[in-house]
Amino acid sequence: MMAVTSSLTAAQVWAWLDDVPDPEIPVISIVDLGVVRGVDVTGDQVKVTITPTYSGCPAMGIIALDIETALAKQGVTALQLETKIAPAWTTDWLSDKGRARLEGYGIAPPQPAGGPSGCPHCKSGAVEKISQFGSTPCKAQWRCTSCLEPFDYFKCI
Amino acid sequence: MQPLFEFLLRQGDNALVLGHRTSEWCGTAPALEEDIALTNTALDLIGQTQLWLGYAAEVEGADRSANDLAYLRDVHDFRNLLMLEVPNEDFGRTLMRQFLFDAFQVPWLTALQTSADPRVAEIAAKSLKEATYHLDRSAETVIALGDGTADSNARMQATLDYLWPYVGEIFVDDDTDQTMADALIAPLPSSMRPVWAATIEETAKAACLSLPESDFAHHGGRSGVRHTEHLGHMLATMQVLQRSYPGAVW
Repeated sequence: MMAVTSSLTAAQVWAWLDDVPDPEIPVISIVDLGVVRGVDVTGDQVKVTITPTYSGCPAMGIIALDIETALAKQGVTALQLETKIAPAWTTDWLSDKGRARLEGYGIAPPQPAGGPSGCPHCKSGAVEKISQFGSTPCKAQWRCTSCLEPFDYFKCI
Repeated sequence: MQPLFEFLLRQGDNALVLGHRTSEWCGTAPALEEDIALTNTALDLIGQTQLWLGYAAEVEGADRSANDLAYLRDVHDFRNLLMLEVPNEDFGRTLMRQFLFDAFQVPWLTALQTSADPRVAEIAAKSLKEATYHLDRSAETVIALGDGTADSNARMQATLDYLWPYVGEIFVDDDTDQTMADALIAPLPSSMRPVWAATIEETAKAACLSLPESDFAHHGGRSGVRHTEHLGHMLATMQVLQRSYPGAVW
């Protein structure tokens, strides 16, 4: 375990949090997802503010635990976690890195038009909606009519 | 009872009771996609419940939590609309009820976003994102079933006729509503009726359904004066763990 030095910075904490995977979509980090809204460092005191993606998101408890665990590994002992709901989470907060990783993982990233720009597998634009809901609250089920594969689409909200 | 607490219970209990009813479909919906959709909708509603009842508990200041309010109150303490507590019956009634509620909830939460109470405004803004796609789906499904086969159309018409006497309660203003309106915390529910009616008429037309003409309205749920016999049965299931093992935690 590393000792926390007096030069702990918010940027360092952000970098550590960017290594914490989202529990339900582990290919992206909680920072990519836009769930981490703020980091304040005062001496060795760290305050992390998080926001739920959906109001009933069951992963919030795990995310809080994962943050505590990740920061404890870096020697942070004085951690304060705060949850806030305003401004409400939006898919606009997904990072470009996160969007690219979602697509590589087979989940079409959100588009302002309200549907995927194409199949994440074969890139065909011939896609259709199966259901507005999917395996997690943030996803919808779509299918590609070219390669016939079903895929998840990250809903735009 | 403080008017703001009462107001928050109404918001939270609507979400809780509809959320619980919707969750009863878990594992038994007519198709896998519908099962996922219903349980996701239920999850959103339970999430919204935590926000509303969490704030209600703070406002009450009686050292109760959102969980205490959900699991340790009895029928007469609940402030939900009667329409939301009647049994699911079938998929058609479940989705018709969701639609009748969503069509109110979207303009209602839109208005609450500018509430003079910032906590109400932020819970409304968060919930509205979810209510918006709930309405997309419930309206779509009402149209698909109404404008479906002769059998599905007849069943959707029957369920609309069954639920219709319950919709009026949404728009009955009382002293609590007036206090909230005077404090600019919420508009009067009655002021939402025109925009709600426009959505209902448009969707009913597309669904080949006719709106009943009667304006008779059961009420008593929002005020807690008189619930239907069904709520007690629902709470017996929903609260059994906390009643049997008081203080049990996950």
